[in-house]
Amino acid sequence: MIEVNNITKTFDGHTAVDNVSFTVEEGETLVLLGRSGSGKTTLLKMINRLIEPGSGEIRINGRSTQDGSPEELRKKIGYVFQNTGLFPHYTIAGNIAIVPRLLGWDKEKIRKRTYLLMEKLGLPATYLSSYPHQLSGGQQQRVGLARALAADPPILLMDEPFGALDPITRVSLQKDFKELDELKSKTIILVTHDVQEAFELADRICLMDKGRVIQAGEPRELLSHPADGYVKDFFDDQRFLLEVKMMDPLDHDALIDAFNHFKNRGN
Amino acid sequence: MEQTQSLWQFMRQESGKLLQQTFEHIGLTFISLLIAIVIGVPLGIYITHRRRAAGAVLGSAGILQTIPSIALLGFMIPLLGIGPLPAITALFLYALLPIIRNTYTGINGVDPLVKEAAVAMGMTRRQRLFKVELPLAFPVIMAGIRTATVINVGVGTLAAYIAAGGLGEFIFGGIALNNTNMILAGAIPAALLAILLDFLLSLVQKMGRGKRRTMLWALPFIFLLFSSFYVLPLGYSSRLLAGFTPEFMGRSDGDIGLRVVYGLKIRTVVISDAVMYKAAFEKKLDVISGYSTDGRLKTYDLLTLDDDKKIFPPYYAAPVIRQEILEKYTMLAPVLNKLAGHINDSIMTELNYKVEHLGQTPEKCARDFLIKEGLYKDPAPTVEGTIRLGSKIFPEQYILINMYAMLIRGYTGLHVDTKTGLGGTKICFEALVNNRIDMYPEYTGTALLAILHPQTEDVHRLGGDRDSVYNYVKGHFVKEYGLTWLDPIGFNNAYALMMRRSQAQQLGIRTISDLAIYLKKNKL
Repeated sequence: MIEVNNITKTFDGHTAVDNVSFTVEEGETLVLLGRSGSGKTTLLKMINRLIEPGSGEIRINGRSTQDGSPEELRKKIGYVFQNTGLFPHYTIAGNIAIVPRLLGWDKEKIRKRTYLLMEKLGLPATYLSSYPHQLSGGQQQRVGLARALAADPPILLMDEPFGALDPITRVSLQKDFKELDELKSKTIILVTHDVQEAFELADRICLMDKGRVIQAGEPRELLSHPADGYVKDFFDDQRFLLEVKMMDPLDHDALIDAFNHFKNRGN
Repeated sequence: MEQTQSLWQFMRQESGKLLQQTFEHIGLTFISLLIAIVIGVPLGIYITHRRRAAGAVLGSAGILQTIPSIALLGFMIPLLGIGPLPAITALFLYALLPIIRNTYTGINGVDPLVKEAAVAMGMTRRQRLFKVELPLAFPVIMAGIRTATVINVGVGTLAAYIAAGGLGEFIFGGIALNNTNMILAGAIPAALLAILLDFLLSLVQKMGRGKRRTMLWALPFIFLLFSSFYVLPLGYSSRLLAGFTPEFMGRSDGDIGLRVVYGLKIRTVVISDAVMYKAAFEKKLDVISGYSTDGRLKTYDLLTLDDDKKIFPPYYAAPVIRQEILEKYTMLAPVLNKLAGHINDSIMTELNYKVEHLGQTPEKCARDFLIKEGLYKDPAPTVEGTIRLGSKIFPEQYILINMYAMLIRGYTGLHVDTKTGLGGTKICFEALVNNRIDMYPEYTGTALLAILHPQTEDVHRLGGDRDSVYNYVKGHFVKEYGLTWLDPIGFNNAYALMMRRSQAQQLGIRTISDLAIYLKKNKL
């Protein structure tokens, strides 16, 4: 469980994150949703201390992240970057093995784990001796995910993990992401500006603007009971698609309601 | 074809020396390079974390780089004396900038996203440096090391000026002796060395990660091995240490004559005349090959040893002038000859002392002297025509050329164009032959040995006689080059062995024979 309590971060007088609090339950996927500059990435990076919090406290399973060294903290938290951040001078196998090696795993254990992850992520084992630049963007992002999962950390932080991919690759990767059993038990915080993606992947959504949490809750809740005009406007453009997505496919009346609502709003 | 053949012959004949100099050169290059890497790479890494220090460090290293190499060596002498220490220090300072800068640039050039990823994986600062930043910056750092190597091979030739050996001994000896083969015997190996080392290091730079790791272990040992090539050019050990100029080392009346005629066995280093006198004064050297009218003789209280077996030919100075100029301006020869007989050895030494030590301008020194001798005249009304005067690049020649310019202006009214600082004998002489200048002061011994290159028997036949040498060079210059020697000025700026006066008196040495006997008796 991750508890974020009254976190504030200021850069040169500009408040990037303003007194934010929320909790992520174990095994839950929380999406930090917001436009660029809303403070969501800064918030994410404070969880594994890539950025040190200004004030407030973050606790993981009851223990403050400020207890102990940042290196120890980070080794227990997987991190996925938008643009992979793979080491260009390491092979795919080398990249996946970074954290297990830092943790001192033996070679055989690392090898088994690497092969397993490659298989689960749909990457042929022949790629293991290739270098990142020899792979496509989608494949690199899969390696990035494998690297984050390598040491089997209980927590995964993902910063726009599908943001740099073309739409077709993105959809296929999102689908795999949802079905990957490795991820089912993980506590995940994912940052995105893509409303569709948020609704697709989130158990709960934190909608952020100007460094503050505007509303947090289940996707359905945000849609049906927006806290204020900002939240309502935020989803308006895509409301029809989102409502369809939320819908029980057998509930005809609701479908017609949603369609009418969309039609009337349009005029 | 004849040129290449004789170069080859020269290199074969001098192969022992050549090999020693090449080894010294490699040694010098690598010792300084090794130190520069050991200090430069960590410094480059350090300043990537200290932005404010970066400007200061790169700035100072950059300023060091702009100091002309010969000047930097000059600065080193009062601090570190002569020999390997100042040479290695100077080369080290030159190698520093490319290594620091490329380390700094290389590490800063690593993709920030990759650096952040390394942090996010939980790597410590040290792990990030060794596993991510240095490996990714490696090609850039290696490029810096290559640049430093090439610079060091080039600047390393100057080590010969301060008794540190290397291929510069041949190069500067060759320039001084007007011996193209000797120049090339030093310059070609130096150039090949630079190309070869650059190529070998480029292979390391492009190596894959696996091979590179092996190489990184091997490289320090290879560097140390190359560094060990540098063994001091000892020859034989003796109680006294001699410093001879590259020119003196190579000519028959120099080091060779001392060994053959006097049987002088002394430990010798090669050094530039620019620093030689001071080094003797500071007791870094005991015996030097100086010029007998040099002002520094007086400055540093050095004693000229008597050449009792007459191995140094006379070096009487006289103006050498193009024949057609003399014929065109018939009034010129008597004017230029006015100086003849007015300057003997001690007067010339005194004049040189005024310029070199007291800091008078050559012009003032020349004017004062002419006024004192009653030769000075204010410029005459100008007439049509220009005389172009040239001089070598040392004070005595500057003084003489100023005197001649004043005499020509005062007595003839011809316009005078002075081109001072034409390097050494070779450059002055070529300029004269190719009609770039009309006259310059030359010395009989230099003309004989560095320009005419007569057969050894002819040199012996002439002996050390002032008039026969003068007549020989005069006759040959007219016949072969259409150049005329006017009357000798009077002083003899010959080679001479010199010692500190105090030491010479203490050891009871007055002649070169005394020195040879002393060394024989006091063998180590």
